[in-house]
Amino acid sequence: MSDEWPLWEVFVRARRGLSHVHVGSLHAPDAVMAVRNARDVYTRRGEGVSIWVVPSAAVTASSPDEKDAFFDPAADKVYRHPTFYEVPAEAKHL
Amino acid sequence: MSGDTTSERSGWRSAAEPSVERVRSGARPGDVSGLVEYTLRLGDDALILSQRLGEWITRAPQLEEDVALANIALDLLGQARSLLTYAGEAEGAGRDEDALAYWRDERDFRNVLLVERPNGDFAETMARQLWFTSYQYELYDRLRASADPTLAAVAAKAVKEVAYHRDHAAQWVLRLGDGTDESRRRMQGGLAAVAPYVDELFDPDGVTGGLGAVAVDPAALREPSERHVDGVLDRAGLERPPEPAHVARGGRRGLHTEVMGYLLAEMQHLHRSHEGASW
Repeated sequence: MSDEWPLWEVFVRARRGLSHVHVGSLHAPDAVMAVRNARDVYTRRGEGVSIWVVPSAAVTASSPDEKDAFFDPAADKVYRHPTFYEVPAEAKHL
Repeated sequence: MSGDTTSERSGWRSAAEPSVERVRSGARPGDVSGLVEYTLRLGDDALILSQRLGEWITRAPQLEEDVALANIALDLLGQARSLLTYAGEAEGAGRDEDALAYWRDERDFRNVLLVERPNGDFAETMARQLWFTSYQYELYDRLRASADPTLAAVAAKAVKEVAYHRDHAAQWVLRLGDGTDESRRRMQGGLAAVAPYVDELFDPDGVTGGLGAVAVDPAALREPSERHVDGVLDRAGLERPPEPAHVARGGRRGLHTEVMGYLLAEMQHLHRSHEGASW
């Protein structure tokens, strides 16, 4: 039986969080049970107020082999960071 | 006992004070023994089922199910701690939760026979869970309005826990009943195995009758509990097992089945050998 249960990725929104954050994965026979298992495994200590589960097989991920081509070119483009602007004195809480 | 509930309990303790005072002052003579007895029943049901469910840890079909059953067992242990603590306070003989859990012998336990039943296979455990959680949900839902503020407070917290336990059982009964021929056969077998132990849950007696608005009449819980169980069985395509040839009862009077002694030996031996051991 243990080999047949598919894997699910679990996302939890914390009490004060704005978005669901990936917290881990688990096995479950179907989506409804995956939400329940996620509740038991990942929200035992009051971590969350909302749970999403996604079949791990449905996640398309970037490949580690593509890491250099994907991410290195962004490393030296400092002008993409909004740090070249003078912040007006009137603008607070930025 | 160790568990997750130490912090919550302080709140219940303060709620308990007026009630204990009222009982101790003798304003209503006879209430003390009835209240103690009733609270022990609630606490022992939770404690013994917690011990049984704990036996699944490392043996469930999946690690995730280990955790689910352990969480349910811990919820029940938390309920048992509050209830046994309160029973000891109401009794006024200086017995705390540990004294009641670990130093009583079999004849002094007041749990129904259903919760001491061996786990059987996973389907039989789920059959036991379906019945017990259906009963316990209806019980706590009404006990929230108890005239005893401590019992009402315990029930108000526990009813949310039990709502989840009840859903957990229903989800599994649906899947096993509506799964393979083998899972359906086992689920049907589990329902038949626990059937003789269901009636005892709904037995009224002098204790529940004598407590008035403090207690919930068990007989009133039968119809809503059966309605819930029947609804789950319908959706699962399972049949309600035929009326059992015999009905087992006696736990409320301390008359337990053979398996109870083994359960208590395992639960109590550590504390009796090393009193107050903690880690």
